[in-house]
Amino acid sequence: MKTGGYDRETAVKFYREMLRIRLFEMKAAELFSRALLAGNIHTCVGQEAVAVGACQALRPGDYITATHRGHGHCLAKGGDSRKMMAELFGKSAGYCRGKGGSMHIADVSLGILGANGIVGAGLPIAAGSALASKIMGKDEVTLAFFGDGASNTGNFHESLNMASAWNLPVIYLCENNRYGVSVCIERVTRVSNLAERAKAYGIPGVTIDGNDVFAVHEAVAEAARRARGGEGPTLIEAVTYRHRGHYEGDPQVYKPKEEIQEWKERDPVAGLKRKILEEGLAGDEELGAIENELRLEIEEAVEFAMDSPYPDAAQVTADVYSKDNEWGVAR
Amino acid sequence: MRTITYGQAISEALREEMLRDRSVLIMGEDMGVLGSVFGLTKGFLEEFGPLRVIDTPISESSFTGMAVGAAMRGLRPVVEIMYVDFTPVCMDAIVNQAAKMCYMTGGQISVPLVIRAPGGAGRRNAGQHSQSLEALFTHIPGLKVIAPATPYDAKGLLKSAIRDPDPVVCIEHKLLYATRGEVPEEEHLVPLGKAEIKRKGRDVTVICYSRQVLFALEAAEELSAEGIEAEIVDLRTLVPLDWAAIESSVKKTHRVVVVQEAVKRGGYAAEIAAQVMENAFDYLDAPVKRVAGLNVIPPFSPGLEDLIYPHKQDIMQGVREVLR
Repeated sequence: MKTGGYDRETAVKFYREMLRIRLFEMKAAELFSRALLAGNIHTCVGQEAVAVGACQALRPGDYITATHRGHGHCLAKGGDSRKMMAELFGKSAGYCRGKGGSMHIADVSLGILGANGIVGAGLPIAAGSALASKIMGKDEVTLAFFGDGASNTGNFHESLNMASAWNLPVIYLCENNRYGVSVCIERVTRVSNLAERAKAYGIPGVTIDGNDVFAVHEAVAEAARRARGGEGPTLIEAVTYRHRGHYEGDPQVYKPKEEIQEWKERDPVAGLKRKILEEGLAGDEELGAIENELRLEIEEAVEFAMDSPYPDAAQVTADVYSKDNEWGVAR
Repeated sequence: MRTITYGQAISEALREEMLRDRSVLIMGEDMGVLGSVFGLTKGFLEEFGPLRVIDTPISESSFTGMAVGAAMRGLRPVVEIMYVDFTPVCMDAIVNQAAKMCYMTGGQISVPLVIRAPGGAGRRNAGQHSQSLEALFTHIPGLKVIAPATPYDAKGLLKSAIRDPDPVVCIEHKLLYATRGEVPEEEHLVPLGKAEIKRKGRDVTVICYSRQVLFALEAAEELSAEGIEAEIVDLRTLVPLDWAAIESSVKKTHRVVVVQEAVKRGGYAAEIAAQVMENAFDYLDAPVKRVAGLNVIPPFSPGLEDLIYPHKQDIMQGVREVLR
């Protein structure tokens, strides 16, 4: 990891954004283990550099589609930790009024077109958003986050094919964390780098260190430049690792212990902190203050969520159809 | 009033809405250069350009997903899935994405998407090009479903569907495209969720939709000669269902036959029959009768294919049974 070319403010900002995600996720995991959160929680601990490096290279008016492991993507794009936490609790103050939960957080005003519970489903949606930008003559790009698992779905191939054929302003960012639930990517895919698949669609494909926030930032900035310039999509494979299970409570029997240890030593948040200290871009005290501030933010988010009411029973039938619709739950 | 075909009516609806609203676009296989396999969009590419008349690759799953994404961004895509039989290829985009986006985001996002999916048997196209799959869509909360039977309804309903803020699946029977009917020259809309009494009668209510409306009307004419006056209720929209229209007819006739081309088991006629039983049982003088397709895969051989879905005689037989 090199910070060369990045100034002090940028490096510290990236660190702050990554640490916010880490603290949010560790808190969510803790709350889940205490049975305060229901359903499933898929944390992105270990993958923070991808979300932050990517979203920092986008403009506020750009769009993203996220995955079922999407908390980091939403926070990095500007998501409000209080509304996100409230959604995890199923409260009415949550982003989706408690109807979507962890896997479906969206904030259209921030360009977050939604996390998605179906692997690969966000890829064509992102391409459709990019198509809309092109049709409306707008200078926006849409970035699709997806995992190595989604790279084997039909939607990946169909979507890349159309986006490249039509030069759509879309960025395909694969977070290769090596596992689709329990199945290691090497057991189900012959190509060693998933970015090689870009060749089949006549677009650039790059494999980068997904734990290096600067490398992610540079790759996405270049892809965004191409997209805005009418040169079409780019496939970026960010090689990373999820430190925790597919879901909270997953015993991870499918991962070698040495592998987990090896990747923990390459922790992107700790690594960036070390780098900032080594290069004298900020001192212990400053980074400690940032951490305290973020811990407070997350604690406040939890308090906000816990103090918020559950949705009114009348909400159960609202929003099946759009607000301006007269039918509600149609017969 | 002038007379045009059902296919022309669909074509006019698409063209008028594209002229009226720049956010309307059409996409699907062979929609552009060819003008669609049923010839409904001839000249559209020249008139509206390739950004609004999009010839997609054969990628139903992903181009339907793209239409969902474009709709989430405020455009109004009209997607054609060449045959309704191909919709299972893109069911995720319809069922898990388009239908649920509004609810799962707490009302933040609406998906003003229309999916046109020609359906129905009778063209000797065999098992994968001849089905009636509307029940799949009526089962999914968040979708609306229309199935017009006449050129008048096809044009008016499709225009309403394009203006609707929610995803609408439009089932067009392939054998209706060449049928003719009166359609006004001037702007005309048929609201979603309104059935129409296509023929008044006092003895029995025949509830139907799509091509079976034509068979039901023929059956009613012959029954009339026998002294039986059937009331033909054309649902036009399957979801949301116009229960009021059904109820008032049932209260008048006390006998109900529900007709569908689709296979009988798990079909939409079963839903109608169940609602009549639940909510209007006291008005019934006989059990509700379903006249529906056989529970088989559409065969190719002409002699066999014609046996699988109801014809005039089957509807007449159904009516006689509830009047016995």
